[in-house]
Amino acid sequence: MRYESPATTKDAVALLAKEKGQAFVLAGGTDLLVKMKAGMLEPDLVVDIKRIKGMKEIKKTASGFSIGAAVPCAALKENAALVKTWPGVVEGASLIGSKQVQGRCTMAGNLCNASPAADSVPGLVAAGAKVVIAGPRGTRKLAVEDVPAGVGRTVLKKGEFISAIELPKKPARSGDAYLRFIPRTEMDIAVVSAGVSLTLDAKGVITAARVALGAVAPTVLLVKEAAKAIIGSKLDDEAKARLTAAASAAARPIDDKRGTKEFRIDVAGVLARRAAELAYARAGGK
Amino acid sequence: MSVKVSTTINGDAVDFVCQPDEPLLDVLRNRLGLTGAKEGCGTGDCGACSVILDGRLVCSCLVLGVEMEGKKLETVEGLADGPKLHPLQQQFIDGAALQCGICTPGFLIAAKALLDKNPDPSEEEIRFGLAGNLCRCTGYDKIVRAVQAAAKEMRGA
Repeated sequence: MRYESPATTKDAVALLAKEKGQAFVLAGGTDLLVKMKAGMLEPDLVVDIKRIKGMKEIKKTASGFSIGAAVPCAALKENAALVKTWPGVVEGASLIGSKQVQGRCTMAGNLCNASPAADSVPGLVAAGAKVVIAGPRGTRKLAVEDVPAGVGRTVLKKGEFISAIELPKKPARSGDAYLRFIPRTEMDIAVVSAGVSLTLDAKGVITAARVALGAVAPTVLLVKEAAKAIIGSKLDDEAKARLTAAASAAARPIDDKRGTKEFRIDVAGVLARRAAELAYARAGGK
Repeated sequence: MSVKVSTTINGDAVDFVCQPDEPLLDVLRNRLGLTGAKEGCGTGDCGACSVILDGRLVCSCLVLGVEMEGKKLETVEGLADGPKLHPLQQQFIDGAALQCGICTPGFLIAAKALLDKNPDPSEEEIRFGLAGNLCRCTGYDKIVRAVQAAAKEMRGA
C-alpha cells in the first residue's frame, strides 16, 4: 500500500484518478482503517486529504456554512455559530461513536461510507445540505441525498472525492432536529432515525419543511410526502397524524437483529413526529 | 516500503520508520517501546489504545503511523512528572479503580482529555466522556469516583 498526503485538491484528484489499483480517501479513517483491519479492503493507495488547505476548516460564508471534508465531528460541536444555526445537524454528527471516534470521524466520511443508518446524514438531508465534489473534470455539487447509491455505494466516480459540505443560510423562524432510536443511551447504531428541518411564517404556520429518514431503506430517504403533510399547518394534531402516517408509509426497512420491519415502520412515524415537534419549537413555534 | 516520520511524543522529538499501513498503536508498542497503549479490539470500540493527538482524544489503532508527521502526541507514558504520578494515576490507585489493568492507560488518557476541556465535569459528563473505554472488571463506579477525586484535586478544591 502507498500512502500519500497531497497539499492540494488538484494533486489529490490526480493521485486518485491515476491509480490503477484500489484507491481510497483517508480523512478520519474510522471506517477505512476498520475495514482494512478486517481484510474487507486492501488498498493499493490511500490518499490522506487532511493536509490540504481548508479541509479541516468550518467557514461561515455568504450562503451559509462550508465544512471541510476532514473536519472531525468533535469540532462541529465546538463551533458555537454552527450549533446555534443547525443544532439538528450537529446533534446527528455528535452521535457517531465515542469521544475517541468523534476526534477523527467526519460527516463526509459518514456520507461516503453510505450506511443507511449513518447518523449525520438525515440531518444534512433535512437541512438541504450539498456536497462539493472535486474530480478530474473540476468540481461539481450534489444534494447530500443524491450521494449514496445503495448500501456502501456512492455515485462518486473514479478520481472524485468530497472536499466540503455546504449548509445553506437558514431563513428566519427556522429550526431543525435529529432523533434516533437505539436500545441504549449512546454508542450504538440507529435502528431508525429522523431528521426534520422547517421554516415558519410570522403566525407560526409551516411554509417549508424537509423530512429525512434513516435506517429504513438502502439509503437515507428524503420523504417529500411527510413534508407536504405539515406544510401549511401549525403542526396541530391532525398535521402530526398525517406526518406520522406519511413517514411510516415511506419506510421500507429490513428485519434484522436490531429491529423488526414492523417495529421500524412504526418508529419511523413516531420519530419523524417528535423531530418535527422539536424543530417547530426551535423555529419559535408555539 | 518504509516511511520515515518525524513527530513529537510527550514533548520529545521522535523519529521513526514504519510501513504505510501500520497503525500508530503498533508503532508505539513495537517500534518505540511505548507499551502503555494496549490493543483490546483493534477497531476503535474499546478505547484501550487511547492517545491524545493534537489535543484530540483518538484511538491509536485507528490512526496510521504515517499520519504522525509533524503532529503532537500525548500517551500515558507522559502523564507522570518524573517519579510523581499524575493526580488521575494516584486516584486510580488510591480508589482501587482498576483490577487487571489492561484498560487503565486508556481510561487515564480519556479522563485527562476530558479534564483538559472540562475541569469540573458532572458524573454524567464523566460517564459520557469515558463511554468509549470498556472495562470488564471494575464495573466503572470506582473509575468514575477516581476521576471525580482527581478533578477535585486538580482544581485545588
